Amino acid sequence: MNLIGFLADPLAYGFMQRGLVAAVLVGVVCAVMGTFVVLKGLAFIGDAVSHAAFPGLVVAYIVGAPLYLGGAIAAVGTALAIGLVSRRSRLRFDTSVGVLFAGTFALGILLFSTIKNYVADLLGYLLGNVLGIGIGDLVQVAVLGAIVLGIVIAIRKELLFATFDPLGAAASGLPVGALEYLLLALLGVTIVVSIQAVGIVMVVAMLVTPAATAQLLVIRFERLMILAAVLATVAAVSGLYLSFYLNLASGASIVLIETLFFLLALLLGPRTGLLSRSPARPGSAEAV
Amino acid sequence: MSLTVRPGSLLAVIGPNGAGKSTLLKLIAGLIRPEAGTVTVLGGPPGEAAKSVAYLPQAEAVDWEFPVTVGEVVMMGRYARLGFGRQPGKVDRERVLTALETVGMGHAVNRQIGALSGGQRRRVFLARAIAAEPELYLLDEPVTGVDATTQEELMDVLEAEARAGKTVIATTHDLICAAQRFHEAAFLNGRLVAHGPAELVMDRELLSDTYGGHVLVLPGDGERLVIDDAHHHDDASGGERHFHDETRG
Repeated sequence: MNLIGFLADPLAYGFMQRGLVAAVLVGVVCAVMGTFVVLKGLAFIGDAVSHAAFPGLVVAYIVGAPLYLGGAIAAVGTALAIGLVSRRSRLRFDTSVGVLFAGTFALGILLFSTIKNYVADLLGYLLGNVLGIGIGDLVQVAVLGAIVLGIVIAIRKELLFATFDPLGAAASGLPVGALEYLLLALLGVTIVVSIQAVGIVMVVAMLVTPAATAQLLVIRFERLMILAAVLATVAAVSGLYLSFYLNLASGASIVLIETLFFLLALLLGPRTGLLSRSPARPGSAEAV
Repeated sequence: MSLTVRPGSLLAVIGPNGAGKSTLLKLIAGLIRPEAGTVTVLGGPPGEAAKSVAYLPQAEAVDWEFPVTVGEVVMMGRYARLGFGRQPGKVDRERVLTALETVGMGHAVNRQIGALSGGQRRRVFLARAIAAEPELYLLDEPVTGVDATTQEELMDVLEAEARAGKTVIATTHDLICAAQRFHEAAFLNGRLVAHGPAELVMDRELLSDTYGGHVLVLPGDGERLVIDDAHHHDDASGGERHFHDETRG
């Protein structure tokens, strides 16, 4: 089979066209948000918020509301609640998150068990299926994703300052507290947008892995963001082709390719690479 | 406590650990609110003139593994002037380079902040403060953990800023530096013990009041002061003392 055929044949299918657009959109939005998730150490929160979306989806299903809306309310609400609890309670941060995380997911499972008939759509949200995305859902992904991307890119320098040096940023007049809540709310939206593509269980990988990989490779914040988005795009496209030709789960294929990039960066990266580790690295001397 | 700092002052804030030095700076920066009393900064409440105030946090307050370059860090000093959502331009990049050259770090603009030594990081953070073009510098231990050369060079920079009419308030544990390089000193120990010219830092009685009686004076050329910081005292007796030129005459 020639290369052009290899790349073009799957595009004859509508589900593959929609799936590719959705996977790339979700990948890029997650990677850009993920830059802050990684730098602020919010990976565990991302996992918690994605699980917290589940009861929202189930409630929306039961009352016949749009699933996205239910998921979004639950995810954004949990993200903001975590922000509030972490500021107000004396518990360790990860402890509060762990409590909310397990509690909300259990609520989702409990509600789910009350539904009498078989609900494949809801189970689909646990593992995700980007190739099953309809045109209506795709439009939602595109609109919400564009809003998140637009906001993050517009105020990236403020988010960077507030993340790197919260005290210095607050002293220079930045509303650091408000920026933190905004970031958490955007994280909630990003997760809901991504759930259909990769599922509740694997969203955290989409958020964390590209940015973590990029952090092994570059030292400049702006380049980190761009590289994470590029890695996510390549993983989304190659993951879907892999899924198409080998008949593999699409979300898992994308996540595993992202993981492969991470391992390659870990092994071969210029600073942390096992192969490049030598006692005297030029350009990193502590002199002056 | 009552403390007034005039423009062009170079004020050292000294006192034992837990004396409230950092808290005082945070109050002035508007990062925390006073439980009682008022703070006026550049004619308004703290935080109102945030653009004209540059705050340098203690080294521990920053994540040094962060993937930012020296240039990106110093550029953060320009953000308040740029305004929300606006990206830096040519003037900002020039100011960043000038500030880095002022502190002798012009060569490091593209290095990761974490790849620098402790002294170099302090230099870069001071450059960030300079790039903000502030009227008031609030520096939390700007010369702690740096070598003697770096300390002298950073103090030269601060002295030049004070000469240019800027106000510099810095906390320090280095009494020799406070006495020799600053204009004024504020002695803190949960309260304001004294405020006056920097020479007073060598006053044994004041130091004893501030540090709780654990000051040893070693004889030698130029007395050396050694402070036993392990012992704190909570003796809040005695009022604050203000030593100003007009009151000392």
